[in-house]
Amino acid sequence: MTTPATFNGAPSLLEVDRLTVRVGAEGPAVVEDLSFSLAAGEILALVGESGSGKTMAARAVLDLLPSPLVISAGRIGFDGVDLARLDPQALRRIRGARIGMVFQEPMVSLNPSMTIGRQMAEGLRLHKRLPASEIRARCLAMLERIRIADPERCLAAYPHEFSGGMRQRIMLASVMLLKPALLIADEPTTALDTLAQREVLQLMTELTRENGTAVLMISHDLGMVAHYAQRAVVMRQGRAVEIGDTQRVLLAPQDAYTRRLIDALPRRGAARAPAPSDQAPLLALQDVVVDYAGRRRLFSQGAGTRAVSGVSLTISVGETLALVGASGSGKTTLGRAIAGLVRPSGGEIRFRGRPIGSSAGRDGRAQRLNIQMIFQDPFSSLDPRMRVADIIEEPLRLLPDLSRRERKARAIEMLTDVGLEPQHAGRFPHQLSGGQRQRVAIARAIVRRPAFVVADEPVSALDMTVQKQILALFRRLQERYGFACLFVSHDLGAVEQVADRVAVMEGGRIVETGTRDEVFDRPQHSYTRALLDAAMLLDRSFGDADIRAGEERNLG
Amino acid sequence: MLRFVLQRLAMAIPTLLIVAVTVFVLMRLVPGDPASLMLGDLASAGQVEALRKQMGLDQPIPVQFAMWFGNVLSGDFGRSINTGQDVLPLIFDRFSVSATIVLLAVGIAALIGVPIGMIAAWRQKGALDLGIITGATLLLSIPSFWLGLMLLLFFGLQLGWLPVVGYVSFGQDFWAALLYIAMPVATLVLVETGVITRMARASTIEVMQLEYITHARAKGLSEPAVLWRHAFKNAFAPTWTIIGLILGNLLGSIAVIETVFTIPGLGRLLVDSIYARDYPVVQGCLLFIAGIYIVVNLIVDMLYPLFDPRVTI
Repeated sequence: MTTPATFNGAPSLLEVDRLTVRVGAEGPAVVEDLSFSLAAGEILALVGESGSGKTMAARAVLDLLPSPLVISAGRIGFDGVDLARLDPQALRRIRGARIGMVFQEPMVSLNPSMTIGRQMAEGLRLHKRLPASEIRARCLAMLERIRIADPERCLAAYPHEFSGGMRQRIMLASVMLLKPALLIADEPTTALDTLAQREVLQLMTELTRENGTAVLMISHDLGMVAHYAQRAVVMRQGRAVEIGDTQRVLLAPQDAYTRRLIDALPRRGAARAPAPSDQAPLLALQDVVVDYAGRRRLFSQGAGTRAVSGVSLTISVGETLALVGASGSGKTTLGRAIAGLVRPSGGEIRFRGRPIGSSAGRDGRAQRLNIQMIFQDPFSSLDPRMRVADIIEEPLRLLPDLSRRERKARAIEMLTDVGLEPQHAGRFPHQLSGGQRQRVAIARAIVRRPAFVVADEPVSALDMTVQKQILALFRRLQERYGFACLFVSHDLGAVEQVADRVAVMEGGRIVETGTRDEVFDRPQHSYTRALLDAAMLLDRSFGDADIRAGEERNLG
Repeated sequence: MLRFVLQRLAMAIPTLLIVAVTVFVLMRLVPGDPASLMLGDLASAGQVEALRKQMGLDQPIPVQFAMWFGNVLSGDFGRSINTGQDVLPLIFDRFSVSATIVLLAVGIAALIGVPIGMIAAWRQKGALDLGIITGATLLLSIPSFWLGLMLLLFFGLQLGWLPVVGYVSFGQDFWAALLYIAMPVATLVLVETGVITRMARASTIEVMQLEYITHARAKGLSEPAVLWRHAFKNAFAPTWTIIGLILGNLLGSIAVIETVFTIPGLGRLLVDSIYARDYPVVQGCLLFIAGIYIVVNLIVDMLYPLFDPRVTI
């Protein structure tokens, strides 16, 4: 592969040439023969799915590979030196000062036992000879720049006092404080909800533009990349399969794999026929309120929080209602209340006309069995010590008139229904991929043929192509078995693909409901518009004719 | 803070009550009678009966318990059947000996074990790490009494450097006390260092995989700075809980070491009193040990926010 021309003819800042990263000196290659270059001020994206080697390629630049990974060949030219051959001490002078890096997980990317102030100042103290008062002044100025309320207090606070989006902004600010020439951003917004994601990306482009910083962005989200990066490198199994201008890559992909990635981007399917309105709803919520109790003290109780305040909804037989909203909007709590996992403190949930939760005993249990749940994280929602067949079979044990053999047979049948092979039955969850695990979770939820399934962000932990497959599978199973579904998600792309109707939730209340097309095409509430604006849906951005226009658009 | 302490102390009341009842009843289920043990084999049944009456042992167990516990509540733990000493001053006296040894030993073990464990984690899977794990596991698996005996044989008898029997308090003669206490403390240090090293290693490995460690490296910090500033506090929090448990545990189970080195500590007092069916002393000791457990763990929990600001009390 030839080294592609640099951006706008500017001299390249980072020049990666035939980089190979291996597991141990002789082991299998994680990154192989990767070449790309990045000009000053340019934004380049490394795009690929999990396991494509994009993160390791980026980490190799600063020699931050986790052991036993090592750079086994290639050159990483930066500012006239080869980073791959630099001694550790010289490299440490470049880390932070010339090349900054921001990380993915807002929950663990800041040290929980150190104040924000100390963590922000650390880089400046290390690389610049400045008096303490000057360092403090610069930190405060930066916090003001990123619009943190009360910067003084922020310096003395600990990371856990901030939301995920705030933490990512703070981390970005602390890295940009040193005005590095290059910023490596490792999926900095993947763990955030749509609105926060937009805010952080906006801030990142602003700060890097102000300082002339180039960005090496790592992402699995082509939709997002289309909005922000000038050029993209599409990676698969450690190799670059396509390099070029983002627009060109998206509009005229050369490689089959790139085409598959683009096909996986969320697109709206045809709407299904609406449920007949004369039918009684399967599930009806009336003024449902859920409170979380405050901290219990010896003789009193702290003030609680109201997660859901007065929600009324109906869901018909076989219908999919998507519940969308930012983190903290109460959508997950509402889903859990329907599944009977949290007890509402007010209002009523009726399932087939009968109230849920009030009836303990046999009747209540039968109702609960008819409502099943699929969780977000396929890594922790399956018991690691149970085999796949046992996991799927377990709900059937509650049917006393089924023999062991029949149960087994149904579990295997279910397994093929969700697109797995019979030989997966004997495996443990850790032997499966994320997508396969989520298939098992779906099989477990519907093996008893429930009338209603609560799916809490069922695809947000998965790669794009896998998301697409799982959503299609879900739709297929729904047509076959006719269960209704509450699809809880912050990802409007996924919602667009599966929902019949959409309910938008903000601050514990439903602010808008409507059919999918109504809500997506003619949003009424300002919050819905803000969510849609922030969502990086491909169709939408191309409609605007200007891919980078998204950057200038302000939040509704 | 004050509220937390009061709440925890209030929660300790039922615990202590259950300990008191259990200890009291169990002691009386043990065959053997303090009166006949005191009078010896030659005493007549009548003499024994008279003494039992005098000691209140002829009363039904609930009545005995009520009398004893009522006194305990007013601070009177009774007198030793054997020696006639007041139980509480006796316990305090012996406890100061045990506490000196245990605190010293656990303190030293933590000072050695935590840094070594962290270094092992930092060099995970390297030769140094392997050596440290092997050493720690070896120390862990040696019974403390055997280790104590070997030290006695070698340093006490073979080399004659250290005294083999007895105890001198630090108040009496500082240097002599150091000599007497050296071997028991060393025995405990060797055993507990193994535990603390392994714990520190495990929690450091967990912390070192987190993104903020990579973030710290990406800032350009040197490895010692990464370890000390970013890994230490976060890795130490779980180890701190273990250290608290070890402290409480040792204070209760130091009898073995005290027996090996003939040290007049709380553990020895307890064991001797059990043999002599010295009910008031045994009851007092066990209640006291339960109380120490509770207090040690309370202190550990109170200091926890120092290492983890997410924990508020």
